[in-house]
Amino acid sequence: MVVETTAVVIGAGHAGLSVSYYLSARGIDHIVLERGEVANTWRTERWDSLRLLTPNWQARLPGFAYDGDDPDGFMTMTETVDFIARYARFVNPPLYTSTTVTSVRPDRIGYEVVTNNGVVYARSVFLASGGFNLAKVPPIAAALPDQVRSITPLEYRQPSDLEDGGVLVVGVSATGVQLAEEIHRSGRPVTVSVGEHVRLPRVYRGRDIRYWMDVTEVSTERFDEVDDIVRARQVPSPQLVGTPERRTLDLNALTDQGVRMVGRLAGIKDGKAQCSGALRNKVKRADLKMDRLLNTIDEWITERDLDGRYDPPHRFEPTRVESSPPLELNLDNGHIRTVLWATGYRPDYSWLHLPVFDHKGRLRHQGGVVTDSPGLYVIGLNFLRRRNSSFISGAQADAHDLVEHLNNHLAARVPVGVR
Amino acid sequence: MSTGQINGVNTTHLLGARAAVGDAPEAGKFTWKAQNEWVHGTHSKSTVKGYFGLGEDHDHTDTFKFDSDHPLVFAAEDNAATPVEIVLVGLASCLTAGVAAVAENREIKLRSVKASVEADMDIAGILGADPEVRNGFSDVRVNYQIEADDASEADLEALVAQSQKVSAVFDIMTNPTNVTVNVS
Repeated sequence: MVVETTAVVIGAGHAGLSVSYYLSARGIDHIVLERGEVANTWRTERWDSLRLLTPNWQARLPGFAYDGDDPDGFMTMTETVDFIARYARFVNPPLYTSTTVTSVRPDRIGYEVVTNNGVVYARSVFLASGGFNLAKVPPIAAALPDQVRSITPLEYRQPSDLEDGGVLVVGVSATGVQLAEEIHRSGRPVTVSVGEHVRLPRVYRGRDIRYWMDVTEVSTERFDEVDDIVRARQVPSPQLVGTPERRTLDLNALTDQGVRMVGRLAGIKDGKAQCSGALRNKVKRADLKMDRLLNTIDEWITERDLDGRYDPPHRFEPTRVESSPPLELNLDNGHIRTVLWATGYRPDYSWLHLPVFDHKGRLRHQGGVVTDSPGLYVIGLNFLRRRNSSFISGAQADAHDLVEHLNNHLAARVPVGVR
Repeated sequence: MSTGQINGVNTTHLLGARAAVGDAPEAGKFTWKAQNEWVHGTHSKSTVKGYFGLGEDHDHTDTFKFDSDHPLVFAAEDNAATPVEIVLVGLASCLTAGVAAVAENREIKLRSVKASVEADMDIAGILGADPEVRNGFSDVRVNYQIEADDASEADLEALVAQSQKVSAVFDIMTNPTNVTVNVS
């Protein structure tokens, strides 16, 4: 491995490869380090049935795009890995696989990056190691009775991994609704605990919802344009599933199949799960928010006089809630054998030894520029620079912007008198 | 105080009510009501007059009035206690009523019952600054000072423990409740 370079990119997924594409275009000397193989997370840390949440036509990376014969379909994990591996061959970066970064520290010229294959010094580091490395599990999980198994989506592969019997799925974002459905269909009765969530139809007025979010520019709204970026970055991922039949998977679809809803899991006391009584408020807020997006889409169409081109507007049935949702679930009587924590993910920066974290351990950055540590960048996190930053199609604009920032940073560091 | 009562709680009537509700469960179904109207800023006025129970509508002997506002540190006018403080008032009032009733039943003569209540809250929750911080209280503490004739410390501990067991507001604050808010 080279001992010194200008930039080290950590991670060879779609984001790291996109950064490499623009670094090469700018002639910036760099290497890409990958702990496993290209697209490692997609290969090793996702459940078997997962498909991308975005349609194939949206699989666009710098200089590269989906060219198959099913633009409205959704890639399986095997297809996703193949797509990113083909992109890696296209970009052809200076890539070191099976190279795990164990430490990044400040150094005289910038950063010291220690790996299992040696040490490299660089003026700049791009963190492209993903935003979904660790499962967030709330502290109340510690109070689960011993006979109930606790599992995260990073460990889960398929329903047969679970014991027979009931399953409580905590969280109803994309992960929660997808796993709730397949586990319930496997004959293990599922209860879902419903907190904040974002409801979206898969298809509206004949087009995929991602199409509408692109054309109305909701997808590309910038981090410095939204009212409250802290809150925007916490918004849960929308209830979407990629299926060949382009199905909507919302809470009504789950309850139609017999899945039971309870409020947000508030506590575990005396072997009983306590559920919030605010379930109606949570589903109402998600229904209202979805309708606001549909209104935005309808207005965009009407303003452009395009109503004739698309299916007529309509609204979806409000989320149904039973008259008295249970406030308590007995975890002692053997009905619930497993609790699956679909309560979100977070990145793992345990190897990043720099003073760049806030009081909650989150990386402080301005649209991916880690301002407290010049030359350090991050890409691929939720709403990093734009609402679609964590999606494959969001990498292009973000990678471009961050490499331009680095290019200016390097130019500015030429000593005075030489310029 | 009617004959036979030492703390002014009519336990004979309460025990009779329990027997009556046991025989006719419908009579036990009560609905409590309050009306609230915005005044200005964060100031609002509430009234309590009617309630339903024992199978029919009732009125209190008067229309009771409650103001609520927010304090100066929230840039409000501080016309009255905050809603969360009124919740603490509700908890203490309920527990104290319970202490008196249980003492009556146990034939303990109360001379003085004083409670102080504290509740902690991180306002990062209601400000939306940190979605992992809840809006409500993170901890509630009640401390009782009780003077009574012929009662040991253990008797008084047992009084307070039993009053929590039979308290509506203690249950409301420690267990979830379905809440539906509509606009008409």
